[in-house]
Amino acid sequence: MTGVSLSGVSKRFGDVVVIDNLSLDINSGEFVVFLGPSGCGKSTLLRMLAGLEAIDAGEIMIGGKRVDQLPPGARNVAMVFQQYALYPHMTVRENLAFGLRNARVPADAIEHRIGAAAQRLEITALLERRPGQLSGGQRQRVAIARAIVKEPDLFLFDEPLSNLDAALRARTRIELAQLHQQLGATMVFVTHDQVEAMTLADRIVVINDCRIEQIGTPMQIYRRPATRFVASFVGTPRINLVPVQVLEAGGTALARLPDGATIRTGVPFAGLPADPAMTLGLRAEAIRIVEPAAGSAGGTVRVVERLGDRTLVHVALPDGTMLTAEDRGDSAVQPGQVAGLAVEGSAAHLFAADGTAYHSDAL
Amino acid sequence: MTADHPPTRRSPTSHRWSGILFVAPYLATFVFMLVVPLIVGIRLSMTRGDLFGIKEFVGLDNFARLFGDPVFLQTVWNTFYFVLLTVPAMTLIGLALALVLNHQTRWAAILRAIFFASTVLSVTVVTLIWRLVLIPEGGLAAVIAGAIGREPVAFLSEQALAMPAVAVTTIWWGIGLPMVLFLAALQQVPRDLYEAAALDNASRTRMLFSITLPSIRRTMVLVIIVGIILQFQLFGQPHLMTGGGPNNSTRPVVLFIYETGWKQWQLGYAAAASQVLFAMIAIAAMAQYYFSSRKDAA
Repeated sequence: MTGVSLSGVSKRFGDVVVIDNLSLDINSGEFVVFLGPSGCGKSTLLRMLAGLEAIDAGEIMIGGKRVDQLPPGARNVAMVFQQYALYPHMTVRENLAFGLRNARVPADAIEHRIGAAAQRLEITALLERRPGQLSGGQRQRVAIARAIVKEPDLFLFDEPLSNLDAALRARTRIELAQLHQQLGATMVFVTHDQVEAMTLADRIVVINDCRIEQIGTPMQIYRRPATRFVASFVGTPRINLVPVQVLEAGGTALARLPDGATIRTGVPFAGLPADPAMTLGLRAEAIRIVEPAAGSAGGTVRVVERLGDRTLVHVALPDGTMLTAEDRGDSAVQPGQVAGLAVEGSAAHLFAADGTAYHSDAL
Repeated sequence: MTADHPPTRRSPTSHRWSGILFVAPYLATFVFMLVVPLIVGIRLSMTRGDLFGIKEFVGLDNFARLFGDPVFLQTVWNTFYFVLLTVPAMTLIGLALALVLNHQTRWAAILRAIFFASTVLSVTVVTLIWRLVLIPEGGLAAVIAGAIGREPVAFLSEQALAMPAVAVTTIWWGIGLPMVLFLAALQQVPRDLYEAAALDNASRTRMLFSITLPSIRRTMVLVIIVGIILQFQLFGQPHLMTGGGPNNSTRPVVLFIYETGWKQWQLGYAAAASQVLFAMIAIAAMAQYYFSSRKDAA
């Protein structure tokens, strides 16, 4: 069982800093997801763990052993690539055996490992085929099997689900989660898809603009985002962000919306910055549709999205600010209707001008 | 949804005619520039004739005469020998250069341009340069031989050395094409295959033989087939460097055809030799293609 530690790691491409003085510890057996938008440096970080990119400063330890000076093959890590990177001229069996032969694993052990991995991933019937004769999903399984047969200290996944269709992606997500439970191995997974991150991760590392925004469990990331970026990047639909003026009311912050309506939040006023101009963050499920006069705010329904189990209602406040609220699946709300909005103030977040988040202690 | 505009259906016949029209320019060129001359050549090869016309139909007499003609047989051997000297060497050197120069650095770009530069020269210039290099009286090779205390060698007058000298000239002249073809192929190999191989603990040699060479196999077949076809048509270099000598040792089939047809005016006999050359090239290229396809299928 192997943990991973990065301390003070930096990476530059010419004058461009891609990773700046990053430190991170990954526990043995943990499934960690690097989540961030394209170009944030998450894949570079993964490639640095693999040894495919050299680091300019810092240290990388895998299983207590310093590896940042070692070539990729000497780190005992396995990687599943976005495009799978299967050797096209080799059969599936040869693909799985290639790394083991290079490591001089005895032939009978190779056969045993290939048989076990093929059975686990249900690709036994494909062993004599070449990658060109496989579907995208089958190639993906072969790529995972190639990683498994190596019995590595660390599994690395570089957006491996991005080339699959939606249904197959959902299925493979579940299989990956099961695989992690069965193997108990340390896994690092890179994605820009927050659903993948939320469903797979023990911990999510949210990366933006070459630095870590937040590290936490999926629910910590969702319920207590450290910054405005994390709040807006994680969660579907996107969190409502409204510029507000913050006042004190009984020790907690009272947010005055642009249309003059006020929302009592659960955020302690004492810790807030002096500048009263802040941004209120409200997830859709914290705003309920009620009768026009009953809510703490109200507006005109513009768009109704019926998702089956719930309905998303996009409401324009009198000043034009748009809010997304949530209603029951069988909601009768229609576009053009005037609706009241009942806001669950304890679930509100406040963001300072520098993006720092402030939450209710109850969250 | 109802269709406002009824679908326009064209008859299969009109589709066929429009398709034929698209390929017609190529077909016309192919038929009139290749098929017709080939048929005329085959007909000519069964006649006895000169510049003033065909004298008589002689059947396969010209072919029978060819296979009893020691000079022709010598030229066939010379041609095979030349192909054997040049095609494997050009393939291997072209591949080696491509592997070494397949980097995005300024020096690699400069060296790629230098190695390719010789390809754009005409055969006249190339043979002139190499005659200057190889002549024993003050040539570059003689100067080098003198510098290391050796007697200058008359490369183009020595029977055993003349064809290798012509081959070296040809390799220098033509190395750019295989190098560029291999470079293009190497740049098509996905980078993540090498990264996967690096993670699979593969050495550089293992990557070369397990990743690179299998990935560029089709280009290698192309380079070899193009090389065979081009080098079987050897003409300009021995014509200008050795005149086919010494003692016919550098006389290739095309030079034989040229001299028989345009110096001795035996057009039927020269046409028969042309058909033999055509068959040689076709058999060699097809054999290479057959073996490489079998390997592909295996």
